[in-house]
Amino acid sequence: MSYLEYTVKSVPAGFRKILFLNWPLALLLASVCGIGFLMLYSVAGGSFSPWAEPQMKRFALGLALMITVALIPIWLWRNLSGVAYGVSLLLLIAVAFIGEERKGSQRWIDLGFIDLQPSELMKITLVMFLAAYYDWLPAKKVSRPFWVLLPVLIIILPTVFVLKQPDLGTSILLLTAGGGLMFLAGVHWAYFAAVLTSAIGLITAVFQTRGTDWQLLNDYQYRRIDTFLDPAADPLGAGYHITQSKIALGSGGWTGRGFMQGTQSRLNFLPEKHTDFIFTTLAEEFGFIGGISLLGLYALIIIFCVATAVRNKDRFSSLLTLGIALNFFLFFAVNMSMVMGMAPVVGVPLPLVSYGGSAMLVLLLAFGLVQSAHVHRPR
Amino acid sequence: MRRNRAENDASHAKLTRRAALLGGAQLLFMGGLAARMRYLQVDQADQFRLLAEENRINIRLIPPARGEIFDRNGMRLAQNVPSYRIVMVREDAGDVDLVMERLTQVIDLDPETYADALAEIKRSAPFLPVTIVDDVSWDTVSKVSVNAPALPGITPEVGLTRVYPRGSDFAHVVGRVGRVSQKDLDALEDPDQVLRIPRFQIGKINVEAREETKLRGTAGTKQVEVNATGRVMRELERREGQSGADLQLTIDAKLQGYVQARLSGESAAVVIIDCENGDLAAIASAPSYDPNLFIGGISSADYNPLLNSEYRPLVNKTVQGTYPPGSTFKMMTAMAALEEGLIGPDDTVYCPGHLEVADRKFHCWKRAGHGWVDLENSLKQSCDVYYYDLALKVGIEKISAMAKRFGLGIKHELALSSVAAGLTPTKAWKKAARDADWVIGDTVNASIGQGFMLASPLQLAVMSARIATGRAVTPRLIKSIDGIEQPIDAETPLGMNENNLRKMRRAMYEVVNNRRGTAYRSRIIADDMRMAGKTGTSQVRNITAAERARGVTRNADLPWERRDHALFVSFAPYENPRYAVSVLVEHGGGGSVAAAPIARDVILQAMAGGDPPLEAYPTGDRGRIKTQQRKLREIQPQAAIDGNDQA
Repeated sequence: MSYLEYTVKSVPAGFRKILFLNWPLALLLASVCGIGFLMLYSVAGGSFSPWAEPQMKRFALGLALMITVALIPIWLWRNLSGVAYGVSLLLLIAVAFIGEERKGSQRWIDLGFIDLQPSELMKITLVMFLAAYYDWLPAKKVSRPFWVLLPVLIIILPTVFVLKQPDLGTSILLLTAGGGLMFLAGVHWAYFAAVLTSAIGLITAVFQTRGTDWQLLNDYQYRRIDTFLDPAADPLGAGYHITQSKIALGSGGWTGRGFMQGTQSRLNFLPEKHTDFIFTTLAEEFGFIGGISLLGLYALIIIFCVATAVRNKDRFSSLLTLGIALNFFLFFAVNMSMVMGMAPVVGVPLPLVSYGGSAMLVLLLAFGLVQSAHVHRPR
Repeated sequence: MRRNRAENDASHAKLTRRAALLGGAQLLFMGGLAARMRYLQVDQADQFRLLAEENRINIRLIPPARGEIFDRNGMRLAQNVPSYRIVMVREDAGDVDLVMERLTQVIDLDPETYADALAEIKRSAPFLPVTIVDDVSWDTVSKVSVNAPALPGITPEVGLTRVYPRGSDFAHVVGRVGRVSQKDLDALEDPDQVLRIPRFQIGKINVEAREETKLRGTAGTKQVEVNATGRVMRELERREGQSGADLQLTIDAKLQGYVQARLSGESAAVVIIDCENGDLAAIASAPSYDPNLFIGGISSADYNPLLNSEYRPLVNKTVQGTYPPGSTFKMMTAMAALEEGLIGPDDTVYCPGHLEVADRKFHCWKRAGHGWVDLENSLKQSCDVYYYDLALKVGIEKISAMAKRFGLGIKHELALSSVAAGLTPTKAWKKAARDADWVIGDTVNASIGQGFMLASPLQLAVMSARIATGRAVTPRLIKSIDGIEQPIDAETPLGMNENNLRKMRRAMYEVVNNRRGTAYRSRIIADDMRMAGKTGTSQVRNITAAERARGVTRNADLPWERRDHALFVSFAPYENPRYAVSVLVEHGGGGSVAAAPIARDVILQAMAGGDPPLEAYPTGDRGRIKTQQRKLREIQPQAAIDGNDQA
């Protein structure tokens, strides 16, 4: 049980709730963000602009947001989850029409003070909605076909719009997180086995249709898969990122070259050095020790989330916490696999470290929900 | 709704089991990531560190050669020449101060360059090359190469730099390049990587800027192996880029050079357009400046005079400057009335020297009046009252609409910076822009090209070409890109009554060739080169009562910046128009005195393809013209006169 639970038995009220937050988890999140600031300072050549300073401001904003969300009772969030899902879905549809196009895909809505990426929001609200759904659904109905089909539709609908943007990375993340939540809720094994089999079938289909008029992916997406399968084939073109990032990583060695001493990742030829490929800078400058430390922090965050989730007697709370942890895991797992040449370059940022306001704010908001679940757990 | 306790416990137990499973799977995957990290960073570290450091493979961009720019006859207007520079990589140099000290013993470095370079080296990243001196001679390069062992980290580099062999003649056409600035990068959505190469040049204005993407080309890449001191050991792989496209302009460099020389000493603009296809044969804005000064960054000693001169050499007066067209606009007022059928060419109006409209007296330039005038006489003598009268009949909307059809008040698409649209005012425009109602006096002013009416010399040249041909001649500046001819748009008929156009041309002929015409002194007497035209004088401001009381009655008595602008539009030969010309002389005084003679000289030069025979001029002018031709030949570079390519 929690470290404070033996002394206080009732659910705290008012601003006293702040004392009952999961402070170790908050501290872990802050340390990861701190590593992010350090790296952004380094890739800018030892300067707070243009990345580290705005990122710190957003972190302050995000922290306030997290605490605010945490103070609001979790049952209120549960009741709001349907609305939240609906709003994100509408935003996702809106972005297809009024969104801003950047680098060939339409993902952004300019809200004036921040550029919002509705697909980021959807990652969280999807988990919220599914958690609420399984909280409401009696356990014995969980594996009945109709009650399985419903959440599948809930997952597929936003995924289709995200895929249209086109954003392959996020759509895979949505599918996996949604599927993961269904698994946690106790849907029967057989469904997952069936889906896995058909996924293999689909992948075969994707490759079989290549080059025909009705090919299932864009040319650039096929090329990325090619690059993944054999980066050496085109080292100056498509495979350039991965080759460079592997060299940078590898040259870090055990202890790295030292803070701000990285050469490879700071050569200006790696255009995503402050976003998707920021891990290479960390690994080059702080070596294996640095990389494994970050991974360790991430692992601790996951462990803390799982621990608080399984002890929470409220079904919505534990499902939500586990779902958010899974989402967070998918973020860094996909990003790290990508920079280490184990997955295609799909454009997923390193959570809380990569430069970018939308992702950081949404993640801190999500951890606010985790905190709320923790604070308002039945005692 | 609430489930019983047993069911709750059962589902919670299942959730815990599955959470443990999923959590375990996640930890397992993280273990995989850790293993991969260890493999890359520890097991294979030696290999990668080798790749990264000892013999690191660098991927370098090969800057593409910028496309060159030629005139219509293939004369070079912008070219690339090799330039050498000395660069230093700090981490390869070791002791920077020692190496720099040695360098000063080998080559001449002035203390300022030395200090700047040293500061920049210490400021920038250790692995990035920093230029110590730019644009050095081959001699310096060889000295550095010979002493290479004593100068670790220092290498000579060869690159291409832009040179404009025609100097100031083309500053307002070809424009210039300069170093990529942060502002340039910010303006681009997704800047090409090649722009990040230190000292890369980007088009800053005019054709160089507007055709930047075509001129730039795409970068190639080379993979090179570099040893511990930063020297390139060998080249592993090379992928060639694509050089930029060569551009050919419609401008005749020889004619342009002549025009620019003819305008020296004035603040003026000339546009010569080919009536047949809309090709701009010359667009000259004077004074100009030498674009070569800007390439390496201009010194303030060079820049301030350009910026502060009241003749505004940095402004492209041909397309950017807009002026009240004055009497050169009268053809538009007349065409509007003729096309509407409100007057016939032979209808007369009585000019008593002024016209009273809404209790205001509008004067004709000739206070005594012109008496009864018809279209031809009104244009010939530039009677104002005749046009006041037409304008009151036609109205501003029809006049402005007519002017638009002749190419005024619209922005012509040219590859030049800040092409102005000018202004053909309407009632709606005044309401929107000035928040005031249109008054009848505005129409009266507009009828003679004053008031709100504004046009650029380019637009006036287009107008003359359209009057001369009856077709919607559209100006063209780029003749071909990489040998591919660009489209011509000069065939569409204007859709005007040919009889009216013929009357208008005849009247313009009379302006120049009739003894009583305002431009008679600038006539051409060679039969196959006869010129038709119209003078214009646009008021910068009225002569005030106080000034009149002091005895200021003539322009020449005013300070320069308050004198009238002189304008002239023309085309020639009259029988079969080949070129149309517009001339503007800022604060030049009267159009007939200041602008028409320039128009005659440049249009003759265009038609003759060089200095015209003296026989084209009236006998009385020949002596003076001969002297002028000799003088102009002296101030132009020899190559420009011969038409040889000095490059």
